[in-house]
Amino acid sequence: MMDIGYYPGCSQEGTAKEYDKSIRAILKVLDVNPVELDDWSCCGATSAHVTNHKLALALSARNLALAEKQNLKELFAPCAACFSRLALTQCELKSDSNLKTEIEDIIENKLNGTTEVINIVELFKKLGSDKIKANRKVELKGLKAACYYGCLLVRPHEINGYDDAEMPTSMEDIVKATGAEAIEWNFKTECCGAAHSIPRVDIVIDLSKKILDDAKKHGANVIVVACPMCHNNLDLRQKLIKREYKSHEDIPVLYLSEFIGLSLGFSQKELGIDTHYIKFEMPELKKKESEVTV
Amino acid sequence: MKIGVYICYCGENIGRTVDCERVAKEAKFLPGVVHSVDYKYMCSDPGQNLIKQAIKDYKLDGVVVGSCSPHMHEKTFRKACADAGLNPYLCEIANLREHVSWVHDDKELATQKAIDLVRFAVEKVKRNAPLTTIQVPVTKRTLVIGGGISGIQAALDVANAGYEVVLVEKEPSIGGHMSQLSETFPTLDCSQCILTPRMVEVYQHPKIKLLTYSEVEKVEGFIGNFKVTIRKKARYVDDTLCSGCGDCAIKCPIKKKALSEFDEGLTTRSAIYVPFPQAVPNIPVIDTEVCTYFKNGKCMMCQKVCGRDAINFEQKDEFLTEEIGAIIVATGYKLYTIDKKPEDSEIKGYGEYGYGKYKDVIDGLQFERIASASGPTSGEFKRPSDGKEPKKIVFIQCVGSRDESKGFSYCSKICCMYTAKHAMLYKHKVHDGEAYVFYMDIRAGGKMYEEFVRRAIEEDGVKYIRGRVSKIYEEDGKYIVKGEDTLAGVPIQIDADMVVLATAMIAQKEAPKFAQTIGIPYDKYGFFSEAHPKLRPVESTSGGIFLAGACQSPKDIPESVSMASAAAAKAMVLFGSDMLEREPTIALVNENLCAGCFYCRKVCAYNAIEIKQINDKNGNLIKEVAFVNSGLCQGCGTCSATCPSKSVELIGYTDEQIYAEIAALM
Amino acid sequence: MSTHTKTIRTLTDDITDITMENPDLCYQCGKCSAGCPIRNYMDEAPNLIIRYVQLGLYNNAFESRTPWLCAGCQTCSTRCPKNFDLAKFMDALRELALKMGYKVKEKNQLKFHNAFLKQIRNHGRSYELGLVRDYKLSSGDLMSDVDSAPGMFLKGKIGVFPNNIKDKESVKRIFEKTKDKK
Repeated sequence: MMDIGYYPGCSQEGTAKEYDKSIRAILKVLDVNPVELDDWSCCGATSAHVTNHKLALALSARNLALAEKQNLKELFAPCAACFSRLALTQCELKSDSNLKTEIEDIIENKLNGTTEVINIVELFKKLGSDKIKANRKVELKGLKAACYYGCLLVRPHEINGYDDAEMPTSMEDIVKATGAEAIEWNFKTECCGAAHSIPRVDIVIDLSKKILDDAKKHGANVIVVACPMCHNNLDLRQKLIKREYKSHEDIPVLYLSEFIGLSLGFSQKELGIDTHYIKFEMPELKKKESEVTV
Repeated sequence: MKIGVYICYCGENIGRTVDCERVAKEAKFLPGVVHSVDYKYMCSDPGQNLIKQAIKDYKLDGVVVGSCSPHMHEKTFRKACADAGLNPYLCEIANLREHVSWVHDDKELATQKAIDLVRFAVEKVKRNAPLTTIQVPVTKRTLVIGGGISGIQAALDVANAGYEVVLVEKEPSIGGHMSQLSETFPTLDCSQCILTPRMVEVYQHPKIKLLTYSEVEKVEGFIGNFKVTIRKKARYVDDTLCSGCGDCAIKCPIKKKALSEFDEGLTTRSAIYVPFPQAVPNIPVIDTEVCTYFKNGKCMMCQKVCGRDAINFEQKDEFLTEEIGAIIVATGYKLYTIDKKPEDSEIKGYGEYGYGKYKDVIDGLQFERIASASGPTSGEFKRPSDGKEPKKIVFIQCVGSRDESKGFSYCSKICCMYTAKHAMLYKHKVHDGEAYVFYMDIRAGGKMYEEFVRRAIEEDGVKYIRGRVSKIYEEDGKYIVKGEDTLAGVPIQIDADMVVLATAMIAQKEAPKFAQTIGIPYDKYGFFSEAHPKLRPVESTSGGIFLAGACQSPKDIPESVSMASAAAAKAMVLFGSDMLEREPTIALVNENLCAGCFYCRKVCAYNAIEIKQINDKNGNLIKEVAFVNSGLCQGCGTCSATCPSKSVELIGYTDEQIYAEIAALM
Repeated sequence: MSTHTKTIRTLTDDITDITMENPDLCYQCGKCSAGCPIRNYMDEAPNLIIRYVQLGLYNNAFESRTPWLCAGCQTCSTRCPKNFDLAKFMDALRELALKMGYKVKEKNQLKFHNAFLKQIRNHGRSYELGLVRDYKLSSGDLMSDVDSAPGMFLKGKIGVFPNNIKDKESVKRIFEKTKDKK
């Protein structure tokens, strides 16, 4: 059993409940114990860093300090935005000792910078595709996944040490381990509109439509995401997209953890996929008792 | 001793801060000084005459000039002394300009310092020894490394002056990148038409020994006296028998396994091949990586059809040694590629442009091959992917240049010009085609260059858009180019049929290793370093080795040709006399003190220290000592600083002299 | 940030205090604007905003909608050939615009951020109902998402009550300490 620090992030308790649910389910099977950060608080998300950089640093630093207190070597943040804020804060405070002292004073805690912040794609890259294959109960043949990285999993350079920022492939490797096909497409890292979802939903409709269209154009029948904001914009907002574009055809959007969960044999309900806006239907999938790992 | 001191005002340069009159007056009281005056411009004729006359009148045996840096006029004043009959090495300079008036404001303190510096120089010159320049014989043969336009030009210039040239080229043919070009700017001359006559001239020249498919293995020796080992790689074709008929290449069954280097990967070539029809020499080479014989001993079709029995599979690499006096390095450049680079590389590729996986996103040299009448499409504009004629081409400048994050911070100089040329060539052939150029600035500084670019815009209808492109992706056989025009402040999206990237001109991959082999410095980009960027652009800091062309920095053909001729002229300066004069202020080993530890040998950057055996009169070895090769030593003093037993000193800068200067401070 | 010529402090210094990067690095190539996903919604291109600061046209920069429309996608910063962190620059402009009392034309943006931060301050974590309530009340945008809300409720996606963390006070203190002291 491997322990890993777990920073759920605010959306895991609300609109992305199924993301949390599916993560916990699959980590159990894969012998990983998520140790939730005790009394974690909001990382600040978008609103803090666009209005007050010290507030943004302090809110994230508070959690990093808590992680150090709990002796967590790694802190896994499933939301790409939380990951980005925590990792960038870590980076910035490491490179500016004056700023670090200032923030330590604000959060009333010392920060040594010893916790490594990782996102879900990094986590599974670490665990390895073989681990998924070894525990696979269902081969997800028939699923043609468009792996959508969005912005904050692979940018900026400072916090991306694991994949290419323009043409990443690590999510595809994970998806392929489930037996599904990962298609090549052009909008892997194009922005979905992010936090404009509420104040400027028109932008989100436009950008998300482009992403969904490109995925479908390249043969995808499902989109895989690793961020609650992206999920919201690509799944829930399809309702508004359909209103705007009458010809729009639905395409389901799954979290990476849900996708893996399906191949590990969990049901849609167990993974929370039934709470999505766009219904997901499994194509004829091959169920195999014992998998021959290739 | 009778020392004369001459203080220069250097107009206002020294005079505004230093009280030169006072310095000259004070200097008169220094022990040993018999004559001390000040003058407005010491380096002028009257100034020099002043010194010369004083040497005669006062029978001076030492001269100190308080002036600008020795870099400027030490030679001048030393020559003046020599003209008056005083050994030039008995003249010392006190730098009152760069070391005093240019760096200090306080007049009183500056004048004090000036007086101090003059005092040091006087103490030093008292201990100077009269020296004579070292004479070194010269081999009047030149080695030109690289057979592109620069190498060809340099070789012809030297050979036409009557000196022997050895021209070494690593490819099977000379011609370099210029032979790949379609037309050249700004005249739109057919590149091969103006180049091939020169190539033939080189081949036929009685004074040029042409070694193609060859590389320089080792360079030993020093200026005027190099010994160069050259590896002549095995072609597996006997060049004395081959007639260049080409039957072997025609009959070779391996046609598709190797990409043509000359066509920049747009076509394939056979295993036995001549790189292009106008190749010089027109003798083929066997690519052992793909040749069936070299893989499993079968085939040998070329040998069967060769009418001259010139194919020799047993041929081995040959090593030649050449005695050389001057070396001209003209190894050229290569283009930056946008494909993904290894993890540890400082240079990244361009993922936003596709990492090189889009077939119709090509670079400048590939475009030249498509445009060229002798190219894979016979000069018709056809897309590499499907052979269709592109109706919309986007040209993007500055790919990898002026880019600190993914490429190189410098400007590659030629891209603005050749992009305009490319766009024009395209429009001249495809009248209904649309050409767009994304640029940051237009650098067209040469003769007729600005007019050339304006012609593209004003007469040929090429659309110039000011802004970089952020992304290119493929959709339905077209390439979606997303850019911005910063002048109008609008985003620009073009659905192009083809994209041509003006990639950076960079140093060849082997450049650093090559530089180390021949002993010349190179910069962080791999370009070879010139001795002085303004005044000595064609010399390297290693004596006798000159630079020509793009191996030193990005440049166009006229600049390369000029530089090549300049390098040739510099080489021939060496041949002007039979003996070479070198500065005598080099290191000298006191063989009595030397313990033979050879630390000096380890630190010498010029490989100038040899091992000398001291034998008794019966020829038995007593000890080994260090010995300074006076031809190679550059007088840097590193050995002197390193030697634990103080056995090696720099003549003209001995410890005794330095200590005397320091003592003069007390 | 330049060492030889500047003697008077300007607003550029306030910006660089936050970004730690000299705006003169930018040579206006426009690659940021070319790749910005929000570009078509902006009146002024992102590179133009930097140009305003370079020229000292601070009002133009601080009054522009462009920084407020920035989605923080980091595409610009990642592709910039001068490694200029434009995303951070936009953040700094927003922060200083608020500090100096400039009127924010993209009103809903500011209202959203204020509503969001209010929940964090009060509860330590996001409280979606509170966010929606405060945002809708301040923006007057009462009708959007009305049809999604019931579904989300039923699926248990919107908590009725806020999730207060134990040490709420520590978060409150962070807000206090980083509040802009005018």
